[in-house]
Amino acid sequence: MKIGVFVCHCGENIGRTVDCPSVSKACASFPGVVYSEDYKYMCSDPGQNMIKQAIREKGLDAVVVGSCSPHMHERTFRKACESAGINPYMVEIANLREHCSWIHDDIPQATKKAIDLMRFAVERVKFNTPLQTIKVPVTKRTLVIGGGISGIQAALDVANAGFEVVLVEKEPSIGGHMSQLSETFPTLDCSQCILTPRMVEVYQHPKIKLLSYSEVENVEGFIGNFKVTIRRKAKSVKEDLCTGCGLCAEKCPIKKKAFSEFDEGLSNRPAIYVPFPQAVPNVPVIDRSVCTYFKTGKCEMCKKVCGREAIDFAQQDTFITEDVGSIIVATGYKLYTIDKKPETSIYKGYGEYGYGKYKDVINGLQFERIASASGPTSGEMLRPSDKKEPKKIVFIQCVGSRDESKGISYCSKICCMYTAKHAMLYKHKVHDGEAYVFYMDIRAGGKNYDEFVRRAIEEDHVNYIRGRVSKITEEDGKLIVKGEDTIAGLQVTIEADLVVLATAMVAQPEASKLAQTLGVSYDKYGYFQEVHPKLRPVETATGGIFLAGACHSPRDIPECVAMASAAAAKSLVLFGSDMLEREPIVAKVDESTCAGCMYCQKVCAYNAIEKKEIRDRQGKLIKVVAYVNSGLCQGCGTCNATCPSKSVELIGFKDDQIFAQINAFAEV
Amino acid sequence: MKLGYYPGCSSAGTAKEFDTSLKEVFSALQVDLEELKDWSCCGATSAHVTSHLLSVALPARNLLLAKNQGFEELLAPCAACYSRLVSSQREMKLDESVRMKVEDLLEEKVSNGLEVINLIQIFNKIGLDKIKEKKQADISKIKVACYYGCLLVRPVEVALADDMESPDSMEAIVRAAGGKTIDWNFKTECCGAAHSIAHTNIVEKLSKGIIDNAEKHGADVIVVACPMCHSNLDMRQLNIVKDFKDHKTIPVLYLSQLIGLAMGIDDKKLGFEAHYINPKPLLEKMRAATEVKVGSAV
Repeated sequence: MKIGVFVCHCGENIGRTVDCPSVSKACASFPGVVYSEDYKYMCSDPGQNMIKQAIREKGLDAVVVGSCSPHMHERTFRKACESAGINPYMVEIANLREHCSWIHDDIPQATKKAIDLMRFAVERVKFNTPLQTIKVPVTKRTLVIGGGISGIQAALDVANAGFEVVLVEKEPSIGGHMSQLSETFPTLDCSQCILTPRMVEVYQHPKIKLLSYSEVENVEGFIGNFKVTIRRKAKSVKEDLCTGCGLCAEKCPIKKKAFSEFDEGLSNRPAIYVPFPQAVPNVPVIDRSVCTYFKTGKCEMCKKVCGREAIDFAQQDTFITEDVGSIIVATGYKLYTIDKKPETSIYKGYGEYGYGKYKDVINGLQFERIASASGPTSGEMLRPSDKKEPKKIVFIQCVGSRDESKGISYCSKICCMYTAKHAMLYKHKVHDGEAYVFYMDIRAGGKNYDEFVRRAIEEDHVNYIRGRVSKITEEDGKLIVKGEDTIAGLQVTIEADLVVLATAMVAQPEASKLAQTLGVSYDKYGYFQEVHPKLRPVETATGGIFLAGACHSPRDIPECVAMASAAAAKSLVLFGSDMLEREPIVAKVDESTCAGCMYCQKVCAYNAIEKKEIRDRQGKLIKVVAYVNSGLCQGCGTCNATCPSKSVELIGFKDDQIFAQINAFAEV
Repeated sequence: MKLGYYPGCSSAGTAKEFDTSLKEVFSALQVDLEELKDWSCCGATSAHVTSHLLSVALPARNLLLAKNQGFEELLAPCAACYSRLVSSQREMKLDESVRMKVEDLLEEKVSNGLEVINLIQIFNKIGLDKIKEKKQADISKIKVACYYGCLLVRPVEVALADDMESPDSMEAIVRAAGGKTIDWNFKTECCGAAHSIAHTNIVEKLSKGIIDNAEKHGADVIVVACPMCHSNLDMRQLNIVKDFKDHKTIPVLYLSQLIGLAMGIDDKKLGFEAHYINPKPLLEKMRAATEVKVGSAV
């Protein structure tokens, strides 16, 4: 076998600590190596051409590249080699960057280690065999999880390209947080006015199957071929019969008892309800936890008044399965709450702000509802406790965010902008009112964003105070806000009528559970993790699963929309071909030695192993063996390690390849 | 098991009644206190504004004495003493170089294992049930504002395991003794602490804020567990009365005194004569069948 060795400097990344020319020189003397070279950027065009040329001129059979992690450029080098005529799986990468130069600083030692890493790879490649990619068909349908603005945008983009979409929303209506907002920055246009047409478009789109009040229960399969189980929660209302007349909600006797999720607890709703008048679909659900019928067995008022006989108390949760080729996760965010947290929580509450015991200390979404024409006060600026107009209002930014002692180190990003918007909306409605904003820094990066904040300060005369609020207490119906003005170097006490906290954006509490169901990674806060922070920001490490919106990190509306369109585009890329190529790195069973103990089946995390009967020509059963479904196999190697008779091999990571590496190490 | 007792400097002076009432209460609870022999200054505020090493070494000397005298637990009722002793332990544990410097100064190896406890922790260790059990007198007619000040709840790394922003452990002890506590807003506000001497006007202003808030929320008495808090809230009321003619005085008791009252310990043994704001009307109200007006300067 003729092996070519190529050592990359990775600019200065490797070259700074590893003497690459020496490594290349040392490699030239390894048995089997016929060509050895180093270059500043092996991944660049000239670098790749160098490899291609060497393959042609020297007649190489195998290539070893010493470079960055194979996660980064294995595919690049495989492609280059394939175009020069050798099988792409005859390429091995020695990770000289993450495994060597980045973690060491002693040049001679690092160089020695780099030579060793190269030797292991050279020994290993001698046992590589040419492999062919596996081709699987693609189901050209997308599942979108979450019906907020991100999910809506992603669904519309995929559907408008002509592919079917299944949109799953756990609440009774789509719309998400955006539907709760009064106006949006930096243009102050009405949130519902721009959102509801899109909601209707989703509902009416022939390619979109909207499953509201539903949750993803289970996901099986792989890129191009997912099988998703969806729980359709019992609405207690027959969707096909209901006309959305609203009589049931009007007549429901427990009008003032249930907490309105849409109004963030500032108003109440009946047991049978649609979250808001523009809800899509306009079909009510019964909240069984508060419904008199479900508690006592009596009432049935809604059933009596419904002219369409659409009420069905006996309805059960049902499960449906959908075949899709890609999944877009758009589950959004929740607001951090200042209440006392259990010891186990990574978050801490704000005792200094009363742990949420003061009625007139509200959060940003509650303020949105107060400011909204469709809100509990019909847009009148009235505070929750006594419904009086607040004459002095204090906004506090960074509540939870950027505060390690409260458990969150990140910036929630949107609060600077929405606080400026809130202060403006307040001043536009209460002309003689005073608005104060306590801030740490103003982060208003974005088109027309800083101008917007300046407008709040200069035109609407909002008082911006740089500093933190140390305490909020209540005395005689006033909220005593004590803080610091760090620019003036003074302590500040404001007797406010209403305090609005810009609380941090946090991941949905169930996000980590969903991430586990989907098999994608998430960070310590429960935000979904992208595969590469710069170059692959909407893809997860699991093929075919994409991210959109605030389920990834705090984002504002334009960013959510852009990300949703990007995720949709990634799905469409997948649908561009009928067959999908998959890595041939899968497990394979040697049927001649397999004893059919099926231990491998027990340990397989992907349900990729099944039983196979081997029969003779007369149909008589000879034996049962394990069989690997290469479509499902992820090549993790667990079965390989478990098999007592060494009958399972992981192609591309066969025992002799690994042993060759270990033996090379022993020789050092 | 012997419970070591580190009285701290104020126990012999401004907080004598803290010391006497505490000893009475512990004898009634059958807990033996044994005073640490040859104890010295904890460093208090002065040491850590002068020399960092001194602020660790001074408490370390006392910790070493306690260990050598065979104590496993050391009661430091003064919040400042407690804070300095525990901070010193923590620093020597976290930073080896500090520990080695201290060992150089003390000419002896420092060892871990001694548990330093404050008044609230020792009551919790003895058990709230025991306090309930020993209850002899009714203290429910007076409304109690529990004041924590700074050093019982901060810094959070060394303070007692309670909510830094909204603590409740002192209230729990008062309630166990049959007392009625109030909810108020200045539980953990600063009293001005050691500025008492150099900037009396600041301390007056801060202490008045605390007292006013307690009274506004209906308190008859403020209860503290720190000699510094006590002197600022009690003694400085004499100045406050001069500067604010309409100031309504309020007695300030140590937690040990209030628990002593609930246990039926004789007033004379609880050291009320050392107070600047006479607690007598308070005691009368506590014992009266009908309400008595509380709050008058001596």
